[in-house]
Amino acid sequence: MVGIVSYGAYIPALRIDRNVIAEAWGRNAIGGERSVANHDEDSITMAVEAAANCLLDTVLEREGIGGLYFASTTAPYQEKMSSTLIATVLDLGREIETTDFANSLRSGTGALKAALGMTGCGSTKNLLVTAADQRLAYPRSDQEQVFGDGAAAVLVGTENLTATFEGSYALCEEIVDVWRNPEDRYVKSWENRFVLEEGFTAGMTAAVSGLLKKCNLKAADIAKAILPAPDARTHRTLAQKLGFDAKTQVQDPLITNVGYCGTAQPLIMLAAALEAAKPGDLLLLAAYGEGADALLFKVTDGIGRQTSHRSLQSFFAQKRMLTSYTRYLSYRGILEAAPGEPFRLFPSATTSWRERKSSLRCHASKCRQCGLVTYPIQRVCYQCRSKDDFDEVRMSGLTGKVFTFSLDNLAGRSDDPSIVQTVVEMENGSRFYGIMTDCDPASVTLNMPVELTFRRIYEGAGFHNYFWKCRPVWKGGTE
Amino acid sequence: MGSIKDKVAIVGMGCSKFGERWDASLEDLVIESAYEAFADAGVRPEDIEACYLGLLTAPTGGTGGTVVSNALKFKDIPILRNENWCASGHIAMIEACLAVASGAFDTVMAVGVEKLKDTGFPGLGTGRGMTPVLEARRTSPGSFGLIGKRYFETYGLSDKEGKETIAKIAVKNHDNGSLCPKAHFQNRITLEQAMNAPIIAWPLGLFDCCGNSDGSACAIVTRADAAKNFRPDPVYLKGFGISMDAVLPHVRPGFDWTRFGSLINSSRRAYEMAGIKNPREELDLAEVHDCFTITELTIYENFGFSPWGKAKADIDNGFFTREGGLPVNTDGGLKCFGHPVGASGIRMMYEVYKQLQGKADKPERQIKNARLGLTHTFGGPPQLSAVAIFGNEKG
Repeated sequence: MVGIVSYGAYIPALRIDRNVIAEAWGRNAIGGERSVANHDEDSITMAVEAAANCLLDTVLEREGIGGLYFASTTAPYQEKMSSTLIATVLDLGREIETTDFANSLRSGTGALKAALGMTGCGSTKNLLVTAADQRLAYPRSDQEQVFGDGAAAVLVGTENLTATFEGSYALCEEIVDVWRNPEDRYVKSWENRFVLEEGFTAGMTAAVSGLLKKCNLKAADIAKAILPAPDARTHRTLAQKLGFDAKTQVQDPLITNVGYCGTAQPLIMLAAALEAAKPGDLLLLAAYGEGADALLFKVTDGIGRQTSHRSLQSFFAQKRMLTSYTRYLSYRGILEAAPGEPFRLFPSATTSWRERKSSLRCHASKCRQCGLVTYPIQRVCYQCRSKDDFDEVRMSGLTGKVFTFSLDNLAGRSDDPSIVQTVVEMENGSRFYGIMTDCDPASVTLNMPVELTFRRIYEGAGFHNYFWKCRPVWKGGTE
Repeated sequence: MGSIKDKVAIVGMGCSKFGERWDASLEDLVIESAYEAFADAGVRPEDIEACYLGLLTAPTGGTGGTVVSNALKFKDIPILRNENWCASGHIAMIEACLAVASGAFDTVMAVGVEKLKDTGFPGLGTGRGMTPVLEARRTSPGSFGLIGKRYFETYGLSDKEGKETIAKIAVKNHDNGSLCPKAHFQNRITLEQAMNAPIIAWPLGLFDCCGNSDGSACAIVTRADAAKNFRPDPVYLKGFGISMDAVLPHVRPGFDWTRFGSLINSSRRAYEMAGIKNPREELDLAEVHDCFTITELTIYENFGFSPWGKAKADIDNGFFTREGGLPVNTDGGLKCFGHPVGASGIRMMYEVYKQLQGKADKPERQIKNARLGLTHTFGGPPQLSAVAIFGNEKG
């Protein structure tokens, strides 16, 4: 038996009211708000967040994870694997499977099916599937309002299952409806009616119907139909056409308060569905992209075991509103604000590689002689001077309290000028020094609880540089 | 530890005009301070046997001691560059003194110089390394600003009281700088101006931050027993201390952000060598590292000028003004005289040297009967500190 062990989503803290976008162009808003990745976030960092959230409740040690898949149409590199970086940041082992899935909004379910296959055939005992997207729509387009940024992760395995995998169906349909060329910044699409009718609706209908038929089921047998859709009306029409009861059987497409998060959307909605599921529920997950995938899961008695992970409700509730459309454009690099002070010393790929245990795995050194924990790793103990006699301990996932801070207006990006330099007293006694993100600088106080988050830190030397920051601790639960 | 008290003396000093020296190159600045020092000491360039250079950055990379040989046409003498953040000049000078005390040379030069205004950036220190570790888009005000909130919290000052306390340091240093023709900033400010200035790195406002300047300062050092052959009023090195903390304060477990080991230990060693028991009473003036006002406040306590947590009372009472019990930064300090990093330590010595000789450029800022003065720079993240103490009499 193969299926889902645990799940976790990630929605960036920033939201923009769609009226703000609409007003900038003198257009009507489609209503609600959309999620916006902060300027220090990208598909990799969001996938890390979702994966860490997914692993919060698992009994598995990180070393027990057999591999990591990453699906996105917006990976930071055209050539270079992202899943290796995500796996390293999550502090997974080295003898693991890693693969990136790309180029289609169906690559999230594609990665999930590949993981189910690899695990089901016994090649790996489990696999962590991540999907994240941060797609850019043309300024002023409808899609600009509809799109959201987000990520989700699902741990696939054979033991301690939350939902079992019951079957899948796939349909391949060559069509040019929504696409992006290598040189394009924005998603392109053909005439909307063609895209929605011959592309999306036809593909999803065929795949869902095909799966039901293959599994000998009727629409009424499904507890929740998870049908990611490019807009709310198309979603309603599709669900109706397939015979699902809008009130009870259809998973919220999250268009109103998050947006359409591309490759990640099916898995984000799956996570939301699992959060509300009961044992025995049949969940039908579909995803469109040049044809469609449909997968069937049956919820087990293990549901409800995930108690400490961050729920979608918590992501909906805890947000910071981005009130400026101009700033949104600048965060996405569409507008070029006056540059902040550039870094004078460009990063070195060699040094970054050499220091990956501290900078990516977030390891501190814990002295075997005196127990002092220091981050980053110190070969000679500050306290007792013992040399090369330490254990590496993972700092990510720990919380701490602000010991001191300053609000630096000199070094930030011109579109987000106030940098909160923070010294954090971590729960293990070490100190973390870094920038606080996703916060209101004016509200920072001493002793404020913070946690670590992996972010893009600066550009230079032609590659992307990531490091840990801190942020106010998110309150768990569904307030 | 041994002592070189009264073994070496300064017999000539020079200091360039500090400020935005768009007109001057690194070499021009060296020439400006060095030729004043040569004239002051009555020596020729060819009398210099070795040179110790303090220089942190340079407009371009790869500037070694050759900047001095190129400028002054020093031929065939060793020129040793020292880079130790903001303490570069101080430590270059201490190296010069140690070289003379060792007997290796009789007459040497220490010169500090910095050319910050060619960088195109009005601040100092963004970007520290080639990896993201420890790289938090850290600027100097952001880094030193970390002391502020912690100090206020530790000693029960509200944000407003804390800001007001450090603002008074800015007002004092501007008052001192207004009397210094070579200072970068020569304007007086009010407490209201300081309090209402734009925030650079909270809690530090514009007037809490030192000038980002170009400049150079130079000293001619010789054996104490030969000093009076040069001039009747040499100034003697009484003691020095250099101390570095073993890990970046930001990541040091348990660090309280008010008591800096490097400050405490560097001053203690200098006091011991100079035979000073009570610095608050015995020192006649001090030039300390006021890169930011909060730094000057911290130094008062770490150096024993004020009891722990009591600096506010001394500041409120004007203890560190020119008329107070221990005048600090009588030339305006880094705040107003400016902070061309490598030059600053030697610039401080220039002020103490002139004060100890009774030759302050304007009589109204001459400290009466000054006999013993301290100079100090605090460098890096901040992690290292250098102190020197000078006197106008042996013994």
